[in-house]
Amino acid sequence: MTQKAAIRAEGERLLAAFVAAGAVPVEADILLPAGTLLDLYGEDIRARAYVTDDPVRGEMMLRPDFTVPVVQAHMAHGAEPARYAYLGEVFRKQMRGSGRASEYLQVGYEVFDRAAPEAADAEVFALFRDLLAGLNLRPVTGDIGILMAAVRGLETTERRKAALLRHVWRPVRFRALLDRFAGRAPVPADRVRLLERLKAGSPSQLIEEAGTFVGLRSAEEIAARAEALVADAETPPIKATEAALLYDLLSLEAPAAHALSHLRGITAMLPAIGPAVDRFAARLDALAERGVDVATLAFEASHGRTALEYYDGFVFSFLADGLPPVGSGGRYDALTAVLGAGAFIPAVGGVIRPGLVARLKGAVQ
Amino acid sequence: MIRIGVPSKGRLMQDCFDWFSARGVAMRRAGSDREYSGIVEGVEGVVPVLLSAGEIPRELAAGRIHLGVTGSDLVREQLGEDEVAEIAKLGFGQADLIIAVPNVWIDVETVDDLDAAAAGFRRAHGHRLRIATKYHRLVRDFLQSQGVADYQLVDSQGATEGTVLNGTAEAIADITSSGETLRANHLRILSDGLIHSSQALLWASRVAEWSAADRATYAGLAAKLGVPAQPY
Repeated sequence: MTQKAAIRAEGERLLAAFVAAGAVPVEADILLPAGTLLDLYGEDIRARAYVTDDPVRGEMMLRPDFTVPVVQAHMAHGAEPARYAYLGEVFRKQMRGSGRASEYLQVGYEVFDRAAPEAADAEVFALFRDLLAGLNLRPVTGDIGILMAAVRGLETTERRKAALLRHVWRPVRFRALLDRFAGRAPVPADRVRLLERLKAGSPSQLIEEAGTFVGLRSAEEIAARAEALVADAETPPIKATEAALLYDLLSLEAPAAHALSHLRGITAMLPAIGPAVDRFAARLDALAERGVDVATLAFEASHGRTALEYYDGFVFSFLADGLPPVGSGGRYDALTAVLGAGAFIPAVGGVIRPGLVARLKGAVQ
Repeated sequence: MIRIGVPSKGRLMQDCFDWFSARGVAMRRAGSDREYSGIVEGVEGVVPVLLSAGEIPRELAAGRIHLGVTGSDLVREQLGEDEVAEIAKLGFGQADLIIAVPNVWIDVETVDDLDAAAAGFRRAHGHRLRIATKYHRLVRDFLQSQGVADYQLVDSQGATEGTVLNGTAEAIADITSSGETLRANHLRILSDGLIHSSQALLWASRVAEWSAADRATYAGLAAKLGVPAQPY
């Protein structure tokens, strides 16, 4: 058997297992309209996905993953609850010399179910664990929902919380903002000068003095942000105790059961994370019911933050040394709202790379 | 024979010829000044290939020329580090790739402000803030490394400074040497918006075939130019 055939056979085996678990097999287009993906992921996706041009349909993208087309199809005409499975190529640009494949098969499983999100999380994780058993992979889990709840619960302005939430998936920027809002980083000299200039007059007067007005961004928008900057400069920093809890949370890495008791401990000081921690606890119960040893399962609060920006709850990966994640997935409730034009359904799912499974089994090089 | 790509016209060609000439390698165009072929004197076995500066990176990457003189902005935009090696900075052709915004954006001084403005802009207008440029890769890598979101790059191959005035972009990322064109178009450079400081460099192709004879020729040329005896 050729390598490709062996990998496809592995993919078919996994797809059959997903179907046996109750999923409906679905297909998705390979050529996707680039606009939707760019609006979701931003320009960064261009560095990862192949963009091409159609004379009639405009910019198109070679499918970088299945999640978006599967969610769109479900939101357009899916019945609830639903379980879907798929198998097909995805295309990702790779760094020069990385030796990583830019075209490979993905096989995936997605659950759209309102009834019991934590049970659905556990269902997906346990299914992946079973299918990947014997490959000596290291499972790692996380929960972006706890981090987001912690940010929402901060005693600071809505503006600051929104800025932090917007950058949850860009850890470097998130950290820089948090350092500034918490008073841990000095106000940059550029900002000090900007504030001095803004205090020299009313925004409309300053805009007037700046010369010819050009561009679509209106004077009202400019003035509103100028006023917000001045107001923000007078906003006290996030309290040191509260900030310390958030820094602690960002770096929390522990076995899941231990992480839960740690989070229970800090809930008293950061009550806003209570409901998210309850969901975490319910998920651990659901995982334990499915035979997952939560006393040893790795939990990292920041896991999944550098993936494509749509996971907003449970996240997981199955890792092997020196390879990209063999399996990975998570919850993406917010994505269904964005793509559903107002409609919304909780969703969780994940993908496995049959090529890596075949390699670990020794079926291919 | 070593083929060396040099800019075929204008100030860049003259500066390039002057740089080689100051090191005892005379380079000039053959025949009439409309004919795109050249002559090198002072060193054996080197053939100049007159090319548009914008095409020199591509020729280096294809291995059709061994050496080439062109701006670091063009090479960094188009090539990877495994395709070319930097031999010498030539000290001319300086220009900065910068981000500029309307001068009336009194609330925007830094890339951080641009990011925040982009978030507000998208909320207000329903589409991402447009930045016009022809340096897609350099600009995207820069903005990604700074964690900027909610922007989109729109292609502009010329007169980029006019795109804001003409309503096809909110900001620009372009090469500037003096800033006068920016001011004339009511734009201002972000204080930390320097993406790349470009100048002309002599590059070696890692893709071209370097025979033993080519390497010997190169060593002779390198001795005159005062650069290391190996191309990479």
